[in-house]
Amino acid sequence: METLSYRHKAQERAAGSKSLAIIGVVASGNLEVMVERVLPDTECQVDINTAAEGFAAVWEAVVADFVERRSTGGLKLSINDGGARPDTVALRLAQAVRLIEEDER
Amino acid sequence: MSIPKKCEMPDMSHVASGRSVGWYEASARQRVRLLLDAGSFEEFIGPEQREISPHLKVFDLPTQFDDGIVVGRGRIAGAPVFLAAQEGRFMGGAFGEVHGAKLTGLLRAARDIKSVPVLILFDTGGVRLQEANAGELAIAEIMRALVEARMAGVKVIGLIGGRAGCYGGGGLIAGCCSALAVSEQGRISVSGPEVIETNRGVEEFDSRDRALVWRTMGGKHRRLLGGADAFSDDTIQSFRDTALQLIESAPAFGAGVLKAEQARLEERLQRFGACADAIDIWSAEGVSDAQAVPALPAEQFIALADKVWRPRHDAR
Repeated sequence: METLSYRHKAQERAAGSKSLAIIGVVASGNLEVMVERVLPDTECQVDINTAAEGFAAVWEAVVADFVERRSTGGLKLSINDGGARPDTVALRLAQAVRLIEEDER
Repeated sequence: MSIPKKCEMPDMSHVASGRSVGWYEASARQRVRLLLDAGSFEEFIGPEQREISPHLKVFDLPTQFDDGIVVGRGRIAGAPVFLAAQEGRFMGGAFGEVHGAKLTGLLRAARDIKSVPVLILFDTGGVRLQEANAGELAIAEIMRALVEARMAGVKVIGLIGGRAGCYGGGGLIAGCCSALAVSEQGRISVSGPEVIETNRGVEEFDSRDRALVWRTMGGKHRRLLGGADAFSDDTIQSFRDTALQLIESAPAFGAGVLKAEQARLEERLQRFGACADAIDIWSAEGVSDAQAVPALPAEQFIALADKVWRPRHDAR
């Protein structure tokens, strides 16, 4: 297992008021992403726990791209990864932010 | 050209709510959200508490924040229920120490409160091998808690239709429930096909013969044999409807019910003990075209099953 952590300055505060969202499953080629609204509005952190070692450079690029494209201020994203490909990771990150933006039902 | 008739609008509420989604393909969290009344679910020991398996890291394996099971309470058609849902895609939905403890705790809460039924959405291959004894102990604790809950008057309903089926210790726990609903995809057994073949040889059971596996362990056979009380189509709406019926119809618990169950099982063994294949059993039960059963659509199968054998509500 490999543990990685990235902290970025966020573009904008993430929309909505939900405090928690979770998407995905830990399985081969898949991952789960849990989002918590626990940071200052200008910060975004991504913590990764991955079964596939040696891909830090790819993670760094995918996370940087994600923070640049989305409004992620205030969010801490925690990932358990079962060896997903970068496109799957990008999809799950987008889904997670989309979920926490939704109104509380 | 004829003038189009004014037709009534079909009831599309299940589409709007997403309940037409297939059970088999849905995740545990999707099943929970769509099975219950909208927005009514409240999770116990949610993923944000990070109550993860203490064993998997020893094997350098990834963990999941909810350890593969979602437990909590909510409402179904307005009435309160406790509910547990296994995620069959995380380690085959297998029971580990934390995973099992969450279900044990839920059943004990139900036992103490007495009046609220429990739904268990099984999707499991059995005990998580990496957690060996802790997982086996979890199965024993769950069975005890389940029986104690039933003794306190709680109805415990199992819903089985996930990709992992319901095997190993999961099959034992299912056997303790007040009633079970199963879909065609939801297999129920203790030893899985590969386990039987490994231990008893390919002549006993050929695990690569998928048709054999489905007609021996699949939902249709379990319904026809009385192992499951109700057959559900593979949609969340159908499982919801079936769960509501079973909460209504499931028997209470007591010596009378256990004796009736024992009598039912003895009679079953007597009638079908000599049958070599599920198809022989269906024929012996009076199904005129037993060969056609595996291909029957859900609605036709339910009609056939109800004609052959209505579930007994004095047993289990």
